[in-house]
Amino acid sequence: MDRKEQAKLIKERSGTDVRKCMKCGKCSGRCPAYAEMDIKPHQFVSYIEKGEVEKLLESKSLYTCLSCFACVERCPRGVAPANVIEAVRQEVVRAQGGNKVQAEKIPETINEAIPQQLLVSMFRKFNK
Amino acid sequence: MKFSYYPGCTLKTKAKQLDLYGRKCLEKLGVDFEEIKEWQCCGAVYPVSKDEVATKLSAVRTLANAKAEGGKLLTLCSACHHVLKRVNDDMKNDDNIRLKANNYLALDEEYAGETDVIHYLELLRDYVGFDKIKAAVVNPLKNQKIGAYYGCLLLRPSETLAFDNPENPKIIEDFITAIGATPVTYAFRNECCGAYVSTTSKDLAVKKSTKVTDSAKNAGAEKLVTACPLCMYNLTENGNGEVPVYYFTELLAEALGVKE
Repeated sequence: MDRKEQAKLIKERSGTDVRKCMKCGKCSGRCPAYAEMDIKPHQFVSYIEKGEVEKLLESKSLYTCLSCFACVERCPRGVAPANVIEAVRQEVVRAQGGNKVQAEKIPETINEAIPQQLLVSMFRKFNK
Repeated sequence: MKFSYYPGCTLKTKAKQLDLYGRKCLEKLGVDFEEIKEWQCCGAVYPVSKDEVATKLSAVRTLANAKAEGGKLLTLCSACHHVLKRVNDDMKNDDNIRLKANNYLALDEEYAGETDVIHYLELLRDYVGFDKIKAAVVNPLKNQKIGAYYGCLLLRPSETLAFDNPENPKIIEDFITAIGATPVTYAFRNECCGAYVSTTSKDLAVKKSTKVTDSAKNAGAEKLVTACPLCMYNLTENGNGEVPVYYFTELLAEALGVKE
C-alpha cells in the first residue's frame, strides 16, 4: 500500500471530514497535552488532508494525546482532530511490532492503588 | 420504573465505595433498581475508529440486555457511561456498525440503540430531582467547601453525551448544594486529569492532575468530588496532595445518613 492509499484509509477510519478545517487553531489552543506534542492536533488534520502520513506515524503525540475530546468540542467546523490522531495511532499499533506497552514490564510501573480501568484503557489505546 | 444497574469492573474492585454508597443511596431514595445480568466490561475506552466493531460488542451486549429489562441502563463510572452512551449512539445512527454488530451477535431481537443510558447524576437530577434529595438529607454537609471535578468523559463530545453544558457545567454544583455543602467553582474542573498515560508518561499525568488540584485549592475548595475511578486515582496519586478526593456517592450517603 502506498502512502496515498494509507492516508485515504486513515481519513476514512477517522470518520471526520478534514477538508472542513479552516485552520483557526482552536483545537491546539485547547489541547491539555499541547506542550508534550511534537505534532499538534491542528497539524494532524492538515497533514492528513495533504496525505503526509510518514511523520504522523512517527509522532510522539500519538502517546501524549489524552483522548479528552476537548479539540472535538471546540472545533467550530465540526472536525474531530482526536479522531484523526486515533486513526493514525491505530495504523501504528495494528502493525506487527507496533505495541507501545510491554505487558511483562507492567508490574514494576504500577502500585496497589491503580484501577483496572487505567490498565485496560492503556492497553486498548497503545496495543493490539 | 426499574433501572438496570451497571457497576463495571473497577467498581467491583478498586472503587468499591462508589458502588456500595451508590446502592445504599438508591435504596434510601426509593429508586427501583437491579444489577444487570451477565454484564461485561464496557471496554474502558470508546473505540473511536469507524472500522472498529469487535471492541464495541461487549457494550452492545449490555445495552441489549438492558433493553430486555426495561430499557433504562444506569451507570456510575464516567468511563463506562461514556463508552456505553457512545456505542449506543453508533447502534442508533451508524448503519455499518449496527449491521455488523447485529450480524455478529445474532441476538434474538435486533438491537438498534433503544436503551436509554443514564448516569447516576442524571438520575438524581432528572428522575429523582435535587429538591427531593435536599428534602431527604438528614445530615447536611454544612460549612464544607467542595469543588466539583467533571473531567472529560461525562461532558465531551457534548453532541453525543448531552450531559450538561460542556464548557460551564453545573450539575455537580447543584448536587453539592442539595447535600447542604457550598460548591466552589474553579477553572480546571472540566480539564483532563492525565487519563491513561500515568504509567507510560508519568510526568504528563502529574502535570495535569497538579494543575487541577492547584486550581481547586486556590479557589478555596477543601475537597473534590468525582464520579470516575481513574480521575480519583490521578488526582490523589499525581495531584498536589492538598485536596482530598471523594466519590460523590460517598458524600451523598453521608448526607442521607446511610454511611456506616
